[in-house]
Amino acid sequence: MYNTTYRRASSIDEAVKLLSDAEDGKFVAGGQTLIPTMKARLAAPSDLIDLRHIADLKGVTVAGDRVKIGAGTTHAEVASNAALAKACPALCHMASHIGDPHVRHMGTLGGSVANNDPAADYPAALLALSATVHTSKREIPADDFFTGLFETALAEDEIVTAVSFSLPEKAGYAKFPNPASRYALTGVFVAKRPDSVRVAVTGAGEEGVFRAGELETALASSFDAAALDGAKVSADKLMSDIHASAEYRANLVVVMAKRAVQAALA
Amino acid sequence: MGIEGIGARVARKEDKRFITGLGRYVDDMTVPGMKHAAFVRSPHAHANIRSINVDAASDMPGVIGVLTGRELQADGIGNLICGWMVHSKDGSPMKMGAWSALATEKVRYVGDAVAIVVADTKGQARDAAEAVEIDYEELPAITDAVKALDENAPQLHPEAEGNLIYDWEIGDSAATDSALADAAHVTRMKIVNNRLIPNAMEPRAALGHYDKAEDHYTCWTTSQNPHVARLVMSAFYNVAPENKLRVIAPDVGGGFGSKIFIYPEEIVCLWASKRTGVPVKWVADRTESFLTDAHGRDHVTEVQMAFGADNRITGLKVDTIANFGAYMSLFSSSVPTYLYATLLSGQYDIPAIHANVRGVYTNTAPVDAYRGAGRPEATYVVERTVETAARELGISPAELRRKNFIREFPHQTPVIMNYDAGDYDASLEAAMREADYDGFAARRAEAEKRGRKRGIGMSCYIEACGIAPSAAVGSLGAGVGLWESAEVRVNAAGTIEVLTGSHSHGQGHETTFSQLVAHRFGVPIEQVSIVHGDTDKVQMGMGTYGSRSGAVGMSAIAKALDKVEAKAKKIAAHLLEADESDIVIENGEAKVAGTDKTVPWFQVALAAYTAHNLPEGMEPGLKEGAFYDPTNFTFPAGCYICEVEVDPETGHTDIVQFVAADDFGNIVNPMIVEGQVHGGLAQGIGQALLEGCHYDPATGQLITASYMDYTMPRAADLPSFRVSTTNTPCPGNPLGIKGCGEAGAIGSPPALINAITDAIGNNDLTMPATPQRVWAAMQ
Repeated sequence: MYNTTYRRASSIDEAVKLLSDAEDGKFVAGGQTLIPTMKARLAAPSDLIDLRHIADLKGVTVAGDRVKIGAGTTHAEVASNAALAKACPALCHMASHIGDPHVRHMGTLGGSVANNDPAADYPAALLALSATVHTSKREIPADDFFTGLFETALAEDEIVTAVSFSLPEKAGYAKFPNPASRYALTGVFVAKRPDSVRVAVTGAGEEGVFRAGELETALASSFDAAALDGAKVSADKLMSDIHASAEYRANLVVVMAKRAVQAALA
Repeated sequence: MGIEGIGARVARKEDKRFITGLGRYVDDMTVPGMKHAAFVRSPHAHANIRSINVDAASDMPGVIGVLTGRELQADGIGNLICGWMVHSKDGSPMKMGAWSALATEKVRYVGDAVAIVVADTKGQARDAAEAVEIDYEELPAITDAVKALDENAPQLHPEAEGNLIYDWEIGDSAATDSALADAAHVTRMKIVNNRLIPNAMEPRAALGHYDKAEDHYTCWTTSQNPHVARLVMSAFYNVAPENKLRVIAPDVGGGFGSKIFIYPEEIVCLWASKRTGVPVKWVADRTESFLTDAHGRDHVTEVQMAFGADNRITGLKVDTIANFGAYMSLFSSSVPTYLYATLLSGQYDIPAIHANVRGVYTNTAPVDAYRGAGRPEATYVVERTVETAARELGISPAELRRKNFIREFPHQTPVIMNYDAGDYDASLEAAMREADYDGFAARRAEAEKRGRKRGIGMSCYIEACGIAPSAAVGSLGAGVGLWESAEVRVNAAGTIEVLTGSHSHGQGHETTFSQLVAHRFGVPIEQVSIVHGDTDKVQMGMGTYGSRSGAVGMSAIAKALDKVEAKAKKIAAHLLEADESDIVIENGEAKVAGTDKTVPWFQVALAAYTAHNLPEGMEPGLKEGAFYDPTNFTFPAGCYICEVEVDPETGHTDIVQFVAADDFGNIVNPMIVEGQVHGGLAQGIGQALLEGCHYDPATGQLITASYMDYTMPRAADLPSFRVSTTNTPCPGNPLGIKGCGEAGAIGSPPALINAITDAIGNNDLTMPATPQRVWAAMQ
């Protein structure tokens, strides 16, 4: 790791100020991606601005049919939140399978969303749940937030503060983990509402998280795993690497979508 | 046996310090004035070095020295060598390309060391290493050993035309060809044994300290055999004369073979300490471990197995291409030859065998012994082929094996080995019973109802351990003898120190070796200390690898104990005024058999050192040494059965049961043996299911250079193993021990792949059987 200066922010405003004062600063929350990257000398921020001690970023609230989760909430906190477990158990299930216990107790929702790793779990959940990403500057629909591999609509000095969504009728998540890293080789989050079904896929797309329109259409007419029997998704624009070819990922998209529906109905 | 003697399930003495963080590894060592090193490594798989400019790096903060191969060679430090001479079938010696500890003109794999930076801190050393300017002329790279033999392949070493190190053979080619020609059935397969990265928990490390006052060198290093390191560094690399070089391998966190070899880094740290005048420490980071630890396996084999009409195997022909990587590592030449092809007879009576092996250079990390070393490759070839033949012949895999088992011992195979003892039916039956083999059909039908594909596979492995009779391996080209030494020092108060040339890096020697002493004299194991891993304390030894420490290392201790016991009996007889033939030593005392006349063990020891009242003419003291040279290899064998369920939608494999029935001969500590089997199985299952080293074929970059891409086995990937042992004592050594350290890694891969291919009904499956590959095989 190259030398860096650690700075702890106690408010969002202070964090933004610290970043603007820094020569080449970076926000850090759980640091589960950034710190290993720095250790490998692949990132060298002059300053690390720690967001973990900002009270405004904490907490999960379930009010009526609205859920709001602070960006500083760890995966372990999401996984074990009792109110959320009642309202949207699929999200708890998803969070409980991110990385390993160490990652889940350090890593945060905001960090995951802002990093937008193409194999991270949260982007699929947010896209399927039609969530809103709250930032230090504005509110951005998930549909507009994830713009490409490790790319988001965030400005340099913009901080994710929370994520909110209205509760779906049913939701489910199924992930086939990369055998080595345990990121999603393919992960599918489905969310059913009275008038629509959303199917969001992570880990598979060349350009990151995406919605599988053909599967959404099939499930809109009948929200049942059997509705996906014989369904195919195109391998075009899917990733191919040593762990999975695009064709294998195309198969996994359908299989995980079925299993996500089964989980939603269970 | 006593509660701590041979056969007792004694908890490991050494574990307390390991699990409480009190172990002392190389990185825990400090020397006054010690500084830190970073190596500058090649980012290219193959390139000419046009120039190296260290000026900017030398001016960086904290930098003490930046040294390159030019200075190394100017100081007369020799090239690294392979210490086992193998000759091609045309009689020519193997073609060893020059390997300088720091490359001067050419780099041949990603990670090849080019320069060392010594600085006040590790961070400063790394910063300066990045500032060393090297002008490379990139050359085309080749990573695949089969393609490296192509006429137009990039050439690595001028010494090895066509990248060919040797073209070696063993066995009777004509007899084997005639068996194939006359066969009622021939099973033919192409078998790939995947390349593995060792991944010891502790990365390699070295601390070199040159003491100018004494003109003496000390090297702390992560070694499985510090004496061999000292010998090689003094006799071949000219680092220091043997009497001026002390090598210490303290606690070492796993080796699996990868810490047998002498690497560039320890040589360079020692030399750099003299050059810079400061003690120099280097500790690999995990990326360096992935890139530069000697890798394992990487064979491509064509096999033909001939059967008579009665389903007896009549011949076996094997043609193997072995990837050596960029340089010949210390024992690399022996692995795909004498440690591999000599085991191709498996547990079977095969009248004719012929194997041809070509060793090939590629632009990849050097390849050498890794847990099992040649024997996993042989077992995989034989056991995949036998299982496949059973399917083709339409008889049960167990029946085909029984039909061909060796049942008379000693048995001379056509490929050098002379099996001394074994009972292959016993382990097969034990495993089949434990696995409820006969109930498999019902379990498969039940799984089918759940939409799961269930399969079962077996593997009847044999291996050769306890390497080895020195004269025998010498005649086969080994540059060293493979005996072991021991010294037993009984202190004046009766406590005992055992000095051994074996090295413990996880095996539990401090416990098992103590049990041997406890068994002999009836003293508590707490009163026995095992001293190892330091060339200043133990005079000479050959180290730990090839499951040899029990069969060879403990046999040396047993010989030394014989001498101590004989002298102690003389002293006791003198003290008890009895005949020495009537003295027995047990339960911590010497007594006259059949009487109540006794003298405590500590008084015998004290008498030896006070020397006030010893038998006429006896020298004082109670300390004896011994060298033990084995008379034969040992031959652990067993049967493994694996049962899997495959998810047809994803290709994911669940191991639903794994049964191991091993014959290790006599066992000193069953708990430690079970631990060795568990660990070996985890590594074998890792190879078969998860681990695959992958280089980009175009650039030679290592793709699987971190745990993000290289899949290590996790607890959740493994079932609860069911292990048991049968016992035919080894007749070749005084303790009847065969060895258990590698069996799990040797026997398990074919059992697992036989089970998966049985489940999916497609035999065309390459390790590691990742979900993607299994799914693709089902399409």
